[in-house]
Amino acid sequence: MWVLSGIGVVVLGFALRLNPLLVVVAAALVSGLAAGLHLDAVVAMLGRDFVANRFIAVAWLVLPVIGLLERGGIRERARMLIARVHAATAGRVMILYLALRQISATLGLTALGGHVQMVRPLIAPMAEAAAEKEAPLDDAERDKVRAYAASADNVGVFFGEDVFVAIGSILLIKGFLEQNGIVVAPIQLSVWAIPTALMAFAIHATRLWLFDRRLRARSKP
Amino acid sequence: MIGLDALYWLMGAMFAAFAIGHAFAQSWRSAAFWGCFAVTMLGGSYLPDIVDGTLVIVLALLAAAGLKPKPAPTSDAKTREASAAKLGNALFLPALAIPAITLAGTFLLPHSGWVDPKQATLVSLATASLVALGLAMPMVGAGPVVAGNEGRRLVDSLGWAAVLPQALAALGGVFAAAGMGKVVSEIATAYIPMTLPVVAVVTYTVGMAVFTAIMGNAFAAFPVMTAGIGLPLIVGKFGGDPVIMSAVGMLSGFCGTLTTPMAANFNIVPAAILDLKDTHAVIKVQIPTAILLLIANTVLMALFVYHR
Repeated sequence: MWVLSGIGVVVLGFALRLNPLLVVVAAALVSGLAAGLHLDAVVAMLGRDFVANRFIAVAWLVLPVIGLLERGGIRERARMLIARVHAATAGRVMILYLALRQISATLGLTALGGHVQMVRPLIAPMAEAAAEKEAPLDDAERDKVRAYAASADNVGVFFGEDVFVAIGSILLIKGFLEQNGIVVAPIQLSVWAIPTALMAFAIHATRLWLFDRRLRARSKP
Repeated sequence: MIGLDALYWLMGAMFAAFAIGHAFAQSWRSAAFWGCFAVTMLGGSYLPDIVDGTLVIVLALLAAAGLKPKPAPTSDAKTREASAAKLGNALFLPALAIPAITLAGTFLLPHSGWVDPKQATLVSLATASLVALGLAMPMVGAGPVVAGNEGRRLVDSLGWAAVLPQALAALGGVFAAAGMGKVVSEIATAYIPMTLPVVAVVTYTVGMAVFTAIMGNAFAAFPVMTAGIGLPLIVGKFGGDPVIMSAVGMLSGFCGTLTTPMAANFNIVPAAILDLKDTHAVIKVQIPTAILLLIANTVLMALFVYHR
């Protein structure tokens, strides 16, 4: 039962809004100690697993080029482009991105998107510019538009990718069921990801549309 | 053959350059933070585990103390407006080249013999970043030093959030080694009466979401919840369909991913990279979607898993 103390550290740490990196490292040390390991063994385990997951940081290699394009005015250009499209509203921009992200993920193209490559330089500035055609955004509204833009990326990729047969989670399910003596074809699993994919789009697109309505109502008091 | 080790050298060099930039700017904490991170990148394959672990603890302590970076030099709003008007839509070319080259590489590189086929996607992404940088530098009229400073500007807006996903993966490893999964599934099965098929479905979908939120990863929750509740009860005791159960169960876990700071890559990193004041702003707008979709998934499974 003591091994659960690690979860306690995480919940308490996030609730108290301590630095998340500190909370996570502390939780790892506490759970290891609670499981009866020596401190040096836990620290070594933490180091080994941290280093084994270095591949996650490959995503940061795009930072210099994105920063350079921002210096060249890519965000301003994205804003200019959307300001000319009469029908563009913040909600429509984000619903379109949600649809594109989800459709490309169902084809296995999960690399087409992401917060650093797409949302920061292109989608968020476009949504902001579309909203500002009505009236200027205050800081809280701007943050809200950006948060919704990030959520469109997440919802699109999460509930699109499982429709593709060769994605990690489908292969994990297949492998796990096989270990337990149940043989399934990945395509069966993919087919049963379709209803949830459609519901996810319906729910999130509706919420984006409602947010858009609230945004547009703000300019007409 | 190009594999992960070449990428670690490249990333290590980039983070070392960020650290040097901070050292020149005399922001010592940031210099130390990115310097330590660069050492784990470059030396990770060679240093003893306990040294790597100690460096991770140093990173956490520096993050808690506050990195306090001095702003990296960049252009002002007026220059950017003028540059956007001058360069036009060509600016989008390098940005769109990143996914295009990553995709092409993922399909072509595994058969080339130059690249470790298992790492084709990561090698393609790294290559795409470099090619895009090569396109962008002459376009914007900047050299590698300016590119390094612009990269440093973005890594500063990420701050410790850039390191968090890796630390969470390491925490997952420690949780697994400590036997966390077994304890959680024991508690779930011991305290919830599993006499009705529909109770088993609700326990499984909600359990997937909650356990995913705790672990930050549906992949870690799936084997535990499916071995603890899914297979013995929904399939074994009540005769449900394992395909529908697992497919919808995994997606219920993804609902949990939308709600948790533990899924840092998806929820905390974007709040940082979009300069949001509230680190939990992305999670807050996602929670209603997550709850509605979890209910929808539970209904879907309850309706179809027992009738085929």
